[in-house]
Amino acid sequence: MIVETSHLNLYYGSFHALKDIDLSIKENLITGIIGPSGCGKSTLLRVFNRMNDLIRGVRITGAVLIDREDIHSPVCDLILLRKKVGMVFQRPNAFPLSIFDNIAYGPRIWSITDKKTLRDIVERSLAAVDLFDALKNRLKESALSLSAEKQQRLCIARLLAVEPEILLMDEPCSSLDPIATGKIEELMLVLKRKYTIIIVTHNMQQAARIADEVGFMLLGELIEFNSTKKIFTNPSDRRTFDYISGRFG
Amino acid sequence: MTFRIGPRTSQIIAYIILLLMTIITIIVLFFIIGYVFKNGFAQLSLEFLTDRTREMGKEGGILPSIIGTLFVTVLAVIIATPLGVGSAVYLVEYTRGGLLRRIISFGADCLAGVPSIIFGLFGFIFFVIQLKLGWSILSGSLTLAVMIIPTIIRTSEEAIKAVPLSYREISYSLGGGKLDTIWKVVLPTSLPGILTGVILGIGRAIGETAAVIFTAGSSLGMPTSVFSSTRTLAVHFYILAREGISMEKAYGTATVLIIIILFVNFVAYRLMHRFMERYY
Repeated sequence: MIVETSHLNLYYGSFHALKDIDLSIKENLITGIIGPSGCGKSTLLRVFNRMNDLIRGVRITGAVLIDREDIHSPVCDLILLRKKVGMVFQRPNAFPLSIFDNIAYGPRIWSITDKKTLRDIVERSLAAVDLFDALKNRLKESALSLSAEKQQRLCIARLLAVEPEILLMDEPCSSLDPIATGKIEELMLVLKRKYTIIIVTHNMQQAARIADEVGFMLLGELIEFNSTKKIFTNPSDRRTFDYISGRFG
Repeated sequence: MTFRIGPRTSQIIAYIILLLMTIITIIVLFFIIGYVFKNGFAQLSLEFLTDRTREMGKEGGILPSIIGTLFVTVLAVIIATPLGVGSAVYLVEYTRGGLLRRIISFGADCLAGVPSIIFGLFGFIFFVIQLKLGWSILSGSLTLAVMIIPTIIRTSEEAIKAVPLSYREISYSLGGGKLDTIWKVVLPTSLPGILTGVILGIGRAIGETAAVIFTAGSSLGMPTSVFSSTRTLAVHFYILAREGISMEKAYGTATVLIIIILFVNFVAYRLMHRFMERYY
């Protein structure tokens, strides 16, 4: 168990967004979180790297353990947490900087300034997302000149450059076409050998294709958490069945 | 019976009115610049640009004023830019849009509209007399800095606010602290907007008369340090014209001032363009 929550509740002001969530996520698996819009799946994801701290009026109760450490305890170093738990966002959101500077951004925060080391990290990260051959001669060009799929790969490379252990992916393919989506999914299957991946998606086929375990959320509750096979063939909750068979959502 | 205009006709009329307005604006602009250039261009010579001023400006050149103008403006921008940009960063990134931010923004807007002679009077009382800086380049620069800070704050504030939240989120999600995020993401991305504010500030400062006549003085000597009194081009022009010393030299001075302003703007926009091309 690398990520565990117990009795996790989250409130936006008076709105109860996450209700009593108990969850345990295993290392080196892809865990999918599915559910209709507004069910709290992105909010749950943003708990794990404490991105909700940026929003005013958020209150969290219950425990969230990552590597058996309570991430809300005062001794937890937020910056180290975010280094360990990286995030890929919904839209490919490269900085308006060069390809090189985008990937070097994280390492530079960690005070790596040596040119040779930075170059190695950039090359290694690009190779890990299978972009190195395509971009090795274009490192100085603006990252915004890349296609959406390549930008999303670049964003993953930028994340890998800070050497995280857990990758949080918030609908990483929602702005990509089916072919690009397929390529990103292949990449995730490669990445799971080294990293633990938690992916939020409203695309059930995607969860079925790549996830090892799936959690179904509805109105802030975690209704069911099971192996992908079980969820999609023989769910134990009626509501899960209704959702995956397209009755609502 | 009502008279109706068809939609096609009204489109054409609107187009003609808008075109006319643009043409009038451009004509007025070119007329002013053209008029000054027509009267001043004949005065331009190597001697006029490189000689000291003699006989109160009736003879000789305007080199001391050119140097004084550049000195005062550059120093004012060096003082005002960090203060203005720093305040804008504080307002946007640290006050979270509260009452304080609204009060300061409102104050900055009001200050930006205060007539420059008020700043001149303030600078005279505070910098020249109270702080005993005398009529000097330093007093003039400080006064101009106070005058252009509101412009720089407001334009920088808008530029920083326009940086997408997602950029900040990525920076935080990669382990960046607030300072990393501001320094490496927010400021570089908002640089074109901030530069616009600085350029507007330069424009206001370089041609300013009322605020510097009280603070930088009107001495014609060659400035040697920030404590020298100087007469900027705009002040020199004003005095030459008002005292009836020499209209020819006055137009010559105005021509030089306009050329400098055009040059500064041209360079600034080139720089900005190159920056935008690189990243956007």
